[in-house]
Amino acid sequence: MSAWRKVLALHLAVLLALLVLQFVLPPYHHTNVARIMVLAAYAIGYNVLLGYTGLMSLGHAMFFAAGMYGAGLPVYYFGMGAPAAFACGLAAGVGLALLFGLMALRTVGPSFLIVSMMFGQALFLVTLYFNEITLGDQGFILSEKLRPLELAGTQLGFHEPAVKYNLALAIFTGCLLAALALRLSALGRVLIGIRENEERTRLLGYDSFRYKLLALGVSGALSAAAGAGYALLFSYVGSTFASILFSIYPLLWTLLGGVGTVLGPLVGTALMFYLVDTVSGVTSSYLLFVGAALVALVLWFPLGILGTVRSRWLPWLP
Amino acid sequence: MSQNRRQGAATAGPEFGRRRTLISLGSLAGAVLTGSVLNTRFAFAQANRPIRIGFQVHRTGVGAVYGRWFERTTTATVRMLNEKGGIAGRPIEIVAEDDGTDPKRGPEVVEKLARQHKVDFVYGTLFSHVVIASAPRAGELKIPYFVVSEGYHVASGKMNRYCFQPGITDVRAQVTAVASWILGKLGKKVTLIYPDYAFGYDHRDYFSQAAEKHGGRVLEKLAIPPAERSFTKYFARIPADTEVLYHVMVGPGVLTFVKEMGEHFGKKRPQIFGFIDSLEGVDMASSGLEYLDGTYFWEAMPRYLQGNEPAYVKEYRQRVGVNDAGASLADPKDVSTYSHMFGCWETLHVIKQAVEKSGYRDPAAGDYRKFIESLEAETGFAEGLAHPQGAKRFNGRLHQCYGHQHLSKVEGGRLKVVHRTAIEDSLYPPEGDYTRQSL
Amino acid sequence: MSFGPHLFLALLEGTVTAFVLALTALGLSLVFGVMRIVNVAHGEFYMLGAVLAWACAHAVGTPVAGFIVAMLVAPLAVGAFALVADRWILRRVNYHPESTIVATIGLLYVLQQAVLMLYGPDARPVAPPLYFKIQFPWFGYSGYKLVVAAASALLLAATWLLITRTRLGLYMRATQQDLEMAQAFGVPARRVYALVFALGAMLAAAAGVLIVPIEQAHYLMGLDPLLMSFIVVIIGGLGSLRGTLVAAFAVGLSDGVVSVFFSPTLAKIVATLLVAAVLVVRPGGLFGEERA
Repeated sequence: MSAWRKVLALHLAVLLALLVLQFVLPPYHHTNVARIMVLAAYAIGYNVLLGYTGLMSLGHAMFFAAGMYGAGLPVYYFGMGAPAAFACGLAAGVGLALLFGLMALRTVGPSFLIVSMMFGQALFLVTLYFNEITLGDQGFILSEKLRPLELAGTQLGFHEPAVKYNLALAIFTGCLLAALALRLSALGRVLIGIRENEERTRLLGYDSFRYKLLALGVSGALSAAAGAGYALLFSYVGSTFASILFSIYPLLWTLLGGVGTVLGPLVGTALMFYLVDTVSGVTSSYLLFVGAALVALVLWFPLGILGTVRSRWLPWLP
Repeated sequence: MSQNRRQGAATAGPEFGRRRTLISLGSLAGAVLTGSVLNTRFAFAQANRPIRIGFQVHRTGVGAVYGRWFERTTTATVRMLNEKGGIAGRPIEIVAEDDGTDPKRGPEVVEKLARQHKVDFVYGTLFSHVVIASAPRAGELKIPYFVVSEGYHVASGKMNRYCFQPGITDVRAQVTAVASWILGKLGKKVTLIYPDYAFGYDHRDYFSQAAEKHGGRVLEKLAIPPAERSFTKYFARIPADTEVLYHVMVGPGVLTFVKEMGEHFGKKRPQIFGFIDSLEGVDMASSGLEYLDGTYFWEAMPRYLQGNEPAYVKEYRQRVGVNDAGASLADPKDVSTYSHMFGCWETLHVIKQAVEKSGYRDPAAGDYRKFIESLEAETGFAEGLAHPQGAKRFNGRLHQCYGHQHLSKVEGGRLKVVHRTAIEDSLYPPEGDYTRQSL
Repeated sequence: MSFGPHLFLALLEGTVTAFVLALTALGLSLVFGVMRIVNVAHGEFYMLGAVLAWACAHAVGTPVAGFIVAMLVAPLAVGAFALVADRWILRRVNYHPESTIVATIGLLYVLQQAVLMLYGPDARPVAPPLYFKIQFPWFGYSGYKLVVAAASALLLAATWLLITRTRLGLYMRATQQDLEMAQAFGVPARRVYALVFALGAMLAAAAGVLIVPIEQAHYLMGLDPLLMSFIVVIIGGLGSLRGTLVAAFAVGLSDGVVSVFFSPTLAKIVATLLVAAVLVVRPGGLFGEERA
């Protein structure tokens, strides 16, 4: 089987497995997997920037939050329907990413990181400052205001577990396939070139600024899709999702799963979710565990799970 | 000789047969008896299976101080209730999960308690943003969710029919009650200092409303951002003709706040009124708090033993483990969150009462309906060991209780109650009706 | 209060903020300048300094003695921890920029939560060694705050002397300018790195010890100084000491003034967006070396 057929088969198999999983999972894990899929979409967005393009950001929560508020505010104040609200959230994320990129992409390395952190923090403060509208850190709930989806004549309420799961799966599928397509395309190869050696890529005639901006746009879009999805499916919109800790999570999930691999973020998100869940039953300080995990990863396991798998056994894994 | 014995045995005849029948009958009877005893035992075990209450506790995060004391109070309440036979003869089992005072984690914890641990009820959340994030999930999962918070959320009518707050009063009621006393006794021109988020806005809005009603005037409203560490610049904005300074600062900056307040005003100061929320878990005798002497505080339940408490209050204090100064019996430096933790004790007692009155047995839709409707029919709870903070009125449609509030003065590093409001003082027009929602 | 006294108060507050900010940010700037890494756990060193100061005061009893002990013990203890972290973590990843960022983020959470578990979630006060109130005609002001400003200035001066007059300082400057060249000249780069990292931590811890009688020791207190330090270091230019000092004053004073007259949240938003503006115009920061 040729390489890309293997790749496609693998990824479709994963999606199929997720589709089937909902019929076998006990109820508690059912909602968990739905959450994991949406959060993994966020991590996939993050990975496009870090794993493919080599730019580390510490402010990605701003894109997630842009999607979340972009979708949540119209529903809460204007009773907008879910599909339109999702589109709004997506647009907000892309817009913010491009605006941010135009300003921040002139910097590199640690400066970019710090600027992204600053922007993330600024957006967090903005959600608090305009708390008359955003309701600040207390947040607001959408479940009363969200009209059910109309699909082929049937009403799909957002509180139904099957609807939550499959919509989460839909968002995840969209993000996964987008990331895969990007990775396998010529555009993706340029991005990897920029990651490996930006000077050389520029010497070859590519305008690295434009490519980085594009990557940032895609990254922002995927993260915002996750944010919008989270708001619509799990009903709560609040400032916590714009905080620095929430920017650090996708970094952790991506590193754990395998930075630069397409499926890595899913593995990392799922593993971390269940680790935190188990650990918080044992100790009261699961963040300690998160911190220790980051240090351990970077010392002994920098490729992450799928990264190690790729380097040792499956070199064709994208 | 031996032949005779053998012959004797062989020729047992009808006696043997009868004995056999007797034995058979006997073993049959025995089997039936044993069986029925076992059955009864099994039925007994069913009746005695525990009532499991999921406890969503702030073990870490900004609410950790409250979480610690909520957990101690919960343990003490359950120990006492189990000593006295539990709920409807069934022992109470608490299943606790840390939500990190994080609104993202809150709904996940509700999910885990309801779906994985399969508890009967979920209870125990304090911080408003976590409550608001978690309540919808409880509604979707259709499990009763008992909030032990002060926020104006359950009482606002904006939560769902599964949410209740029967054990602690809400901030709107508190502010309404104290406002009339402040404006009557301390002064009519008031400046407000409050944190720049929802908890603060509740104070700002409801006090302003009450001020209009009682002929007072709010001169200035100073909102302080959450992470602020120095407050000198805010004190500078207080108008000179302020008669009462009303402050509700919470968080780690409180001690700095008081210290800088003292630096700013010195001897010439207006009347100062605060909420004990600022100093829950903090020793009134801490260095830097001397300036508070002569100022007033709202308390839900008086931290310091006043001397005229009924015996049940003393028993409550003993059981939850606080001394006369409201600090831990084991460590006098460990000051309790006394004006909040009684909410746990009282809520658990309300759950017990509702289970026993409604005949609730299992986490099933029919049982929950009986439970909720029974609770909605309540009109109040009498003071006593079950409700040591005081008598409560309960609005079944709004799922919220109303009670007495205390106003205390700081004297020599201790709080002395100067006034106890009537329940009527704290009432306001209700803004919702959960009974209209379907279950 | 009328405008004049208000402005005076704002400037007083701003000056105190600026000195403490300069002290805190200096450590971050040194570490970046010499080692070319960003230490995200920097705020936690500051927090550790404050918490250890509380522990010292608690153990010793009297405010003055407690403060002196704290000023000696806290920076040394935090510096020692920094040396260990450098040896076991940073050196292992070869000071690779991204790896150190991730590692120091991990350190941030480990330190924060360790303090939470050992010290607790409360904010605990520490009595200041000197307490006196200065009574201006319009308002009272804490004398200790001015002492803090003076002490910070002293420490800044001492650090400047260290960098310009001592051999260690010479090594630091050489390593910053050109690592390979410095090594060729026999500068023990690894040891310099370790000492610089420790020095950065010690400066942060000292700032924490000074500040704790004004604010309280709380396990989450490190985040805000971290963000403010980042702002200062970016605006001033990563690696430039002079830039750090100038920026600290610019940010501290403007923050003081803006937040007195407008909302502090707004002031913070403005400050963070100012960082972006600076970087658009000068990607290396105001005084920083231009880096492609």
